[in-house]
Amino acid sequence: MLKHILSGDMPRSKILSLVLVVIFLGLAFAPFLFPGTRSLDTAARICIFIALVASYDLLLGYTGIVSFAHTMFFGVGAYGVALASVHMGRGFDALIAGTLAGALVAAILAAIIGLFSLRVRAIFFAMITLAVATAVAVLFSQMSGITGGEDGLNFKIPRAQTSAQKYLADPVLGVKINGKLLNYYLMFFGSLALILVFLRVVNSPFGRVLQAIRENEFRAEAVGYKIVFFRTGASIISAVGAAVAGSLYAIWLRYVGPDTTLSFEIMIDILLMVVIGGMGTIYGAVIGATIFVIAQNYLQNLMVVAADATSSLPLLPLIFNPDRWLLWLGILFVLSVYFFPKGVVGRLRGERK
Amino acid sequence: MSHPLLATKDLTVRFGGHVAVDAISCVFPAGELTAIVGPNGAGKTTYFNLISGQITPTAGSVQVAGEEISRLPVARRAERGIGRAFQLTNLFPNLTVFENVRLVIQSKAKKGFDLFSMADDHVQIREDADQVLQNVNLLAQRDTIVSALPHGDQRKLEVAMLIALDPLIYMFDEPTAGMSADEAPVVLELIEQLKNDQTKCVLLVEHKMDVIRTLADRIIVLHNGALVADGDPSTVMSSSIVQEAYMGKALGHVE
Repeated sequence: MLKHILSGDMPRSKILSLVLVVIFLGLAFAPFLFPGTRSLDTAARICIFIALVASYDLLLGYTGIVSFAHTMFFGVGAYGVALASVHMGRGFDALIAGTLAGALVAAILAAIIGLFSLRVRAIFFAMITLAVATAVAVLFSQMSGITGGEDGLNFKIPRAQTSAQKYLADPVLGVKINGKLLNYYLMFFGSLALILVFLRVVNSPFGRVLQAIRENEFRAEAVGYKIVFFRTGASIISAVGAAVAGSLYAIWLRYVGPDTTLSFEIMIDILLMVVIGGMGTIYGAVIGATIFVIAQNYLQNLMVVAADATSSLPLLPLIFNPDRWLLWLGILFVLSVYFFPKGVVGRLRGERK
Repeated sequence: MSHPLLATKDLTVRFGGHVAVDAISCVFPAGELTAIVGPNGAGKTTYFNLISGQITPTAGSVQVAGEEISRLPVARRAERGIGRAFQLTNLFPNLTVFENVRLVIQSKAKKGFDLFSMADDHVQIREDADQVLQNVNLLAQRDTIVSALPHGDQRKLEVAMLIALDPLIYMFDEPTAGMSADEAPVVLELIEQLKNDQTKCVLLVEHKMDVIRTLADRIIVLHNGALVADGDPSTVMSSSIVQEAYMGKALGHVE
């Protein structure tokens, strides 16, 4: 049963299974285990980034295509929901219409870019995606009449998904059962569904062809696979996944702007999460995103503690200055790539190299 | 009128000023095993590349059962029945032996765009792949990652993938190169079996004369990109042009 849900792709390592179960339970019961607005926000971000990173892994890890346009698709989904909510008014219909429209636009964009540029060398595709993504980011920040420009768009989501809506008079286990909680579970189950779909896709006959193309495109073609269609297909699925994750993110934030979805920084973050977790595994996305988002949100706190604890010593407090958290994140990244070149998942599965 | 299974007409490719394949016209009927010989640099592999589509010709045509295919991409030619095993081992290195063969059979079964079933649930494809592995004596290595396989076994897998593709036109490029003396017969026997099928033809680039003598129905000789001899093995091997172009040179260089 479980095997079927996971599409036969078991973690294949006891420690990995344990880590995944811990992450799953931690996120499933996050509102009860880690009460507070900030921790709930972190948990929601983890859910969304797991889905986003997994969709990127389909492209980078499974098909061997480097794309820099993943945030563009993320943004298309997010702006879809925002624009629909602004123009159609607050409501579930706006959220659904926005998500579907975002996914459709993402699919069309991915198909066009893919068919034009995936025929030739992969490096050309990387350059094209970089150019298109940059152009779209500039476009979105300039067309302020439609997109709100640099300020972005604030919008309202249905009352049923906000803390104003109370479902039970009394808190359960100290947690208020309100619309905000419901909204969190929309993020959780939305991301879970995306992950299960990706697991199925990578273990389908189609997914195996993607791996074959990554391994040896020359041979994949010689045995009869038209690789440009497979690459474009992978690119479309990945783009739609990113767009849906973007829609979820916009619903969670009730805001969309260039910095939250389209920025190149997020693109780099996605790359780091895939590499840290382990490319070509999907589970790597789960682990990479969890580690990274937690580090992003709590490394500074940890450093405050470390700086205080070492305040009487020379130099150390300076090194642990919370403003230097990015430096530490960088060091963590370098170390993880050095010691786990196949990512955390590759390491736990005990793969060679 | 019936067309030969495979034919090339004035097939030519130039790289800059160099004519690598020079107007080769040749017909390969079904049921025949043709050995293609010639010294290194004669254009044998380039001729293969033109037929299977890795290179587009400068002029001339390639026809499968009378249909022009010389402008089609590689994958479309594979669909038309052209199957190729490569001289330099050309596999999916980080996948298992089984998965390499399974991918070929899946391609043949046109299941590549099946997105939402599990690959492992396709029982027929799985069984067919296992059958091919059994035929080439690789079933014991089924779950080994290809890059960890000894060179001889990789060569065997290369042949297995071509057999799994079940093409109309089999193209082998030095199939036994780098194999040990006790491994080569397994592969040669498989190639010999293909000769029994009167609907297919086999093209074999080979240096080893004993292999050619036992297998080939016919020999064509390439030299400097041109076809210089074509006929049954005993006639071709004794002709003076071959002695001069091929044997003379082969004696001159050390393998």
